[in-house]
Amino acid sequence: MGCIFSHGEGHNLSTEGENCGKNLRMTDSKYFTTTKKGEVFELKTELQSDKKEKKKEAVKKVIASMTVGKDVSALFPDVLNCIQTDNLELKKLVYLYLMNYAKSQPDMAIMAVNTFVRDCEDSNPLIRALAVRTMGCIRVDKIIDYLCQPLRNCLKDEDPYVRKTAAVCVAKLHDINAQLVEDQGFLDQLRDLLSDSNPMVVANAVAAISEILETSPTAQQVLEMNSSTINKLLTALNECTEWGQVFILDAISNYTPKDDKEAQSICERVTPRLAHANAAVVLSAVKVVMKFMEMLEANSEYISTLVKKLAPPLVTLLSAEPEIQYVALRNINLVVQKRPEILKNEMKVFFVKYNDPIYVKLEKLDIMIRLTSQANIAQVLAELKEYATEVDVDFVRKSVRAIGRCAIKVEPAAERCVSTLLDLIQTKVNYVVQEAIVVIKDIFRKYPNKYESIIATLCENLDTLDEPEARASMIWIIGEYAERIDNADELLESFLEGFQDENTQVQLQLLTAIVKLFLKRPTDTQDLVQQVLSLATQDSDNPDLRDRGYIYWRLLSTDPAAAKEVVLAEKPLISEETDLIEPTLLDELICNISSLASVYHKPPNAFVEGSKSSLRKILPPRSQSGNVGDDQPSPPAEAPSAPAATVIPGVDSLIGDLLDMDLGGPSMQQQQMYPPQPTSQTPVQGGGGMDLLGEGLDSLLGGPAPSGDSLGGLGDIFGMPTAQSYVPPQEVWLPASKGKGLEVTGTFSRKQGNVIMELTFANKAMQPMTGFAIQFNKNSFGLMPASPINIPSALLPNQSTSYSLQLSTMGAVQRMDPLANLQVAIKNNIDVFYFSCLVPMHALFVEDGEMEKRVFLATWKDIPAQNEVQHEICNVQHNADTISQKLKNNNVFTIAKRNVEGQDMLYQSLKLTNGIWVLAELKIQPNNPNFMLSLKARAMDVYQGIQQAFDNILHN
Amino acid sequence: MINSLFIINSSGDVFMEKHWKSVIHKSICDYFFEEQGKAGSPEDVPPVIATPHHYLLNIYRNQLYFVAVVTTEVPPLFVIEFLHRIFDTFEDYFTECSETTLKEHFVIVYELLDEMLDNGFPLAVESNILKELIRPPNFLRTITDTVTGKNTGVSATLPTGQLSNVPWRRTGVKYTNNEAYFDVIEEIDAIIDKQGNTVIAEVQGYIDCLIKLSGMPDLTLSFINPRLLDDISFHPCVRYKRWESEKVLSFVPPDGNFRLISYHIGANNMVAVPLYIRHNIQYREGSGGRFEVTIGPKQTMGKVVENISLEVPFPKSVLNLTLTPSQGKYTFDPVGKILTWDVGRMDPTKLPSIKGNISLQSGHPIPESNPTINMNFSISQMAISGIKVNRLDMYGEKYKPFKGVKYMTRAGKFQFRT
Repeated sequence: MGCIFSHGEGHNLSTEGENCGKNLRMTDSKYFTTTKKGEVFELKTELQSDKKEKKKEAVKKVIASMTVGKDVSALFPDVLNCIQTDNLELKKLVYLYLMNYAKSQPDMAIMAVNTFVRDCEDSNPLIRALAVRTMGCIRVDKIIDYLCQPLRNCLKDEDPYVRKTAAVCVAKLHDINAQLVEDQGFLDQLRDLLSDSNPMVVANAVAAISEILETSPTAQQVLEMNSSTINKLLTALNECTEWGQVFILDAISNYTPKDDKEAQSICERVTPRLAHANAAVVLSAVKVVMKFMEMLEANSEYISTLVKKLAPPLVTLLSAEPEIQYVALRNINLVVQKRPEILKNEMKVFFVKYNDPIYVKLEKLDIMIRLTSQANIAQVLAELKEYATEVDVDFVRKSVRAIGRCAIKVEPAAERCVSTLLDLIQTKVNYVVQEAIVVIKDIFRKYPNKYESIIATLCENLDTLDEPEARASMIWIIGEYAERIDNADELLESFLEGFQDENTQVQLQLLTAIVKLFLKRPTDTQDLVQQVLSLATQDSDNPDLRDRGYIYWRLLSTDPAAAKEVVLAEKPLISEETDLIEPTLLDELICNISSLASVYHKPPNAFVEGSKSSLRKILPPRSQSGNVGDDQPSPPAEAPSAPAATVIPGVDSLIGDLLDMDLGGPSMQQQQMYPPQPTSQTPVQGGGGMDLLGEGLDSLLGGPAPSGDSLGGLGDIFGMPTAQSYVPPQEVWLPASKGKGLEVTGTFSRKQGNVIMELTFANKAMQPMTGFAIQFNKNSFGLMPASPINIPSALLPNQSTSYSLQLSTMGAVQRMDPLANLQVAIKNNIDVFYFSCLVPMHALFVEDGEMEKRVFLATWKDIPAQNEVQHEICNVQHNADTISQKLKNNNVFTIAKRNVEGQDMLYQSLKLTNGIWVLAELKIQPNNPNFMLSLKARAMDVYQGIQQAFDNILHN
Repeated sequence: MINSLFIINSSGDVFMEKHWKSVIHKSICDYFFEEQGKAGSPEDVPPVIATPHHYLLNIYRNQLYFVAVVTTEVPPLFVIEFLHRIFDTFEDYFTECSETTLKEHFVIVYELLDEMLDNGFPLAVESNILKELIRPPNFLRTITDTVTGKNTGVSATLPTGQLSNVPWRRTGVKYTNNEAYFDVIEEIDAIIDKQGNTVIAEVQGYIDCLIKLSGMPDLTLSFINPRLLDDISFHPCVRYKRWESEKVLSFVPPDGNFRLISYHIGANNMVAVPLYIRHNIQYREGSGGRFEVTIGPKQTMGKVVENISLEVPFPKSVLNLTLTPSQGKYTFDPVGKILTWDVGRMDPTKLPSIKGNISLQSGHPIPESNPTINMNFSISQMAISGIKVNRLDMYGEKYKPFKGVKYMTRAGKFQFRT
C-alpha cells in the first residue's frame, strides 16, 4: 500500500516543495521541505519527543518521505512507539507506515501484533474497525496466526461497522493464506454474516464471499446459497448501499432457483433495481432478470412485462458517460442476440453522434445492424450513408460493410443497399470504393443474377484497388461473370502481370478466375490459362497455390467436362445472419452480463487468469412445472431467422466451392458460411465449409456417416471386441516397502458411464490388515470415491484382494500438475499411506461426447488457430476404420471422415467429465504408420493427457 | 476488486498511484500508453484494456486519466462508476479536480482514497459520510486549525450515516433558514439532417436539488403530469414502491446538493426542437469556399433562447475562415480546425446569421463532405418536455421550509448535419 507521487525526471524534492508552496501556503507540501543532513536522525529525535503535536508532525514527515519513495524503515521501532495514542489521525498514519514496511521487516512487524490485539478490544468501534482493517493488509505470514482470535471476535462484534470491516478482512486473509481461513472456520462465520441484521454487513459478507469463490472453488460447498439465504439477500438488497447491491445481485445471479415460481418472485424483487442511478446496479439487475427469464414459460404474460421493463434502463445507460456507454453497448449486443424483441423499437438511440468516441461508434454500428429489419431499413440506410462520409477511416469502412450486411439480412432492401453502395463508389474515395467492392461481392453471392448490371461500374474502379481483399473480390467477380464482361481476359491479364507480388489470396483467386474464364471462353484464352498455371505450379513457393494449380491442370487435361462441372458448379448461397455468437457461448455470456467476459464476448475461463473456478455458468433450464408438451428449453422467441432451405449445396457444388471461394481472411463471407446456430433439420445445411473440411463435407453433411454405428455393426459380425474400452495394465502405486507391507496396485477404467478405480491390495506384512479406507486430495477433475471402500474381511498375510471403486466427479476441484495427477491416501489398521497416480485421460471421456456435425464445424472455427496443437503418434498398425472403432469404444467419436489424395482424415470429438470439449483431427497416410493428431480445445491444458490417451488407445 | 489506481496527466506522467492490495508497478501503465498512442484523440482510448495478467479500466475527465487495475473478474461498470465517483469526490473537496489541486492536497487525497476503498471494496463513498470522516480543506478549517493549534482533518467518531438505513444523510443537521430548491434541467440530444428533418430527438432530464433542511425531513414531490416520466433512474433515497403505485417521489433527502432523479424521454415520443438553421456550405475547387448559416426559432414556446453558440469542426484541409456575424463573436482555432461562433441571445425579429469565405490549403483535394454543426443554447423557465412540479410536502419536521422550483432547457448533443 502506498500513495506515491512520481516526480518528473530531474525534479528533486525541494523544488517540488517550493513550487507547491508558491501556489498555496497551507498545503501538505510543507512536509517535503527537508534539511540536507541527518534527516533520519532528526526525525528519530522528534518521534521520541514528549510532546504529542511534535510527534504527530514527525510521523507526518515520515509518511511524506515514504510516499516519495525514501527509505525510512530505520525508524520502524520509533514510529511503532507512537501507536499508543488515542489520536485517531496519528494512529492511522502509524498504521499506514506499518502496512508499508511490515513486509520488508517481518520481525519488527511482530512487535505490532500486541497493538492490534489491544486495538481490536478498544472501546471505540472506529479504532476496532481500523485495527481489523489494517491487520488484513499486513501480508506477513508469521503474524497471521496471532490475528485469528482478534478477527474472530470482530466478526461477532456488537457494532455492525466492525463486523462489516471484519467480513472484508476474511477475504484479505484468504488471499494470503486460504488454508488457514478454511481451517479456522472463518468461512462458516462469514456465511453466518449473510443473515446479519444489518444490510451493510450482509453486503460486505457477500462481497468477501464472491472474492473468495473467485479463487477457491473448494469454498463452494461451505458457501453454497440456498433459497433461504437468497431471501435474506433480497431483503438486504433494498437497504444496502449501491455497491453492496451490485455484490448481492451478482451473488443472486449465480443461484439456480428451484422452480419457475421462485425465479419469477426473484425477478419481481429485482426489477426495481433497474431504475437505479448507478449503472453497475442496473446492469447486474439486467443479468439476473435475463438469466431467470429462461426459467419462465416462454410466452407467459410475465415475460412480456419483463421485456417491456428491460428496454428503458438499457436505453438510459446510453446517456451516461462514454466509458459506461461502451460497457453497456457490449452487453446490449448480447441482449439483442438473445432476445431481439427487447430493443426492437429502440433503433434510434443507437444512431451515432459525430463526437461519440470511436469505441462507442463502432459498437453502436454493430447493434444497429442486429436490429435492422424491414420496418426500419430505410432509416438505417440513410444513417449508414451519412456515416460513410465521416472522417474516421475505420468507422467509414465498417459503415460500408454494414450496408452490405443490411442487404444480405433484409432481402427486400437489397436493391436500395446496392444503389447506396453505388453512390458511395461514385465518391471515388479510395477506401470506400474498396470496401464497397468487397461487400458487393458478398451481395452477388447472396442474390446471384440480380445485380450484375452494375459490374461495368465496378470495373471502372479496377485501377484504384490496392488492398488484397478488394482486389481478390474484384477478380472473383470478373471470373464469376466472365461471360458478361467482354474484356474479362484483358482485365485478368492486367492483374497477371504482377502475379508474383500479389498476396496469396489474390493469387488463388486469379488462378481460379482465369480457369473459369477459360472454361467459359476456351477459344481465346488458352494462352492466359497456360500462363497462370505455369506461374502457379512452377514459379510459386506457396503449396496451396501449387496444389490448386495442379488440380486444375489435371482436371483440365484429363476431363474438361468434369472440370467444367467442378469449377463452374453452382455456388451455395451465403446465409444472412453473419456473425452471431455461437448459441452455447451466447448463453454462457448472458450469465456473465456486466462482467469482463461480457465486454470481451469470451467465456470467463478463456481469459481470466487464475480463475480456478471450473464452474461454467449456464442458463437454467426451463422449469418443468409448465405443461408437459412444452417443456423443452425453447429457443428464444424470434430466433434470428433460421436459414431456410435456400442453402442447399449439392456434393458437386461443394467441390466447386473448395476450388473457388477463398476470399478468406476477415471477410464476412467466410463467417457467413457457417451459420452457427444448429437450427435446421436438413442434413445438407451449412454452406461450403471447405476451408475446414473441404470435400469431407459430403460425408459430413449429407447422407449417413460411413463410420460409427454402421461399422460397429460390422464389427459385431466379425467378432471384433466391440465396446471394450481400453484399460491400462495395473501398476504398482504403493510398493510394500513404503506401505509397511501393504502393496497397492491399480489402474483406472470406465464402465457404464462411471470412472472405476481398479485396486489390488496385497498384504506382504506379517499381520492381518483391516479397516481400509481411502481418500483423495482435491484434484483437477473433482474425482472422489462415490462410496467408501468396503473390504469385508481382514486381509491376511500373503493374500491379496481386488476391489473396484466407483468414482464420482463431484468432488472439490484444484488444478494439479500434471493435470491428471491424483493424490490418494489409504488407511488401514497399521497406518495412513500416501501415494499419487495418474488418471489416464480416456477414463474421463464421457459417453455423450459426440458433437453434432454442424456444432463441430462452428466450434472448430470458433476456437482460435493458436489453440491447435499437433502431435505425432508413431507406429500404429491399424487402418482408419478400426481406429474409429477403437476410439469410439473409448468415447472418442468420429464425426466425419474424408479422404484427401489417399490420406484419411478423421474428425473427432470428445468431452471430459468436467464439460471441456476437445476436437481432434487425425491424419492417416497410407503406408505410413505414423499418424498426425491435431487437437483443438478452449482449455489447452488437457492436450498432453489426451495425446497420451490417443497413444495408449491406438497402441493397444 | 480494484487493486490499484493510477492517475495520469495529459503529458503521460503517472503522477499519483494508490494500491489497495499488493503494489503493482506503474510500468503496467505502458499497456495503457500503447492504446493511447493508437487512439486518434484523448477521448478515444478504449475504457477496458486487457494485458497479460491484469485488466485496466479507465476514465478520462478534465484531461486526467484515472486508470484502475483489476486482476479478477469484476463488473467493469462497477469500477468505471467508482472511478467517476472518486473524481466527483475530489471535485467536491477541492472544487476542481486537476493535477495541481491533487498534488496540493496529497495527504487528503490519500486519506480519501484510503477511506473510500478497503481491499478494493467500496467502504465509505457517500460524500456526507466522507466529510464527517475527513474534513474538506477550506478557509474555515485553516482558521480553526490555526486558532486551536490542531490540524487534524480526521474525525475520531464513527460517522453516523455509515450504518443507518439512510446512509446518505447525516444526523443532527441544523439550519436557521430551511430551504429546498429543485432544478428541473432538460437536455435535448438531437440529430437534424441536411433537409432540416429530425433524425432523432430525445430528452435527458435531471432534477438536481439543493436541500438545507434541519433534522430528518421526509419529502414528497408530486408532478402535474407524471405520465411523461416512464424511464427514470432514482437516487437511492427515493422510495421506489411509492413511485410505482402513486407516481410521487417520496424520500428523505441527503443534505446539500444531489441529483434526485434522472429521466429519459425517448425518440418514440415527440420531442420539440426549439431551433432550426439554414445553411449553405460549399467548397470550390482551387480557391476555397463559402460558409453561411442562419439560426431561427422553431418551437420555443414563446421563451427567449439564450447562450447560443455554434461549433463547427472543419477538415484538416481548411486553412482559415473570414466571416461576418450579424451578432456575437466568432473564433477559428487553426490547429484543431474548429470554428466557434458565440451568438448569445436570439432576437426573433432579427435572426442571427454569419457568412463569409473559407480558404483551403492549396494542393489539397477539396473536402468530400460538409461538417456537422454542433449547437449549444439554453432556455430558462421551461422544461421542453412539459414536465411540471405540482407540490412539495414535508413530513417529520415541524418548521416551514422555503421551497423553490426552477426549470431550464439546454442543448445536449445537438447536431445539424450539413
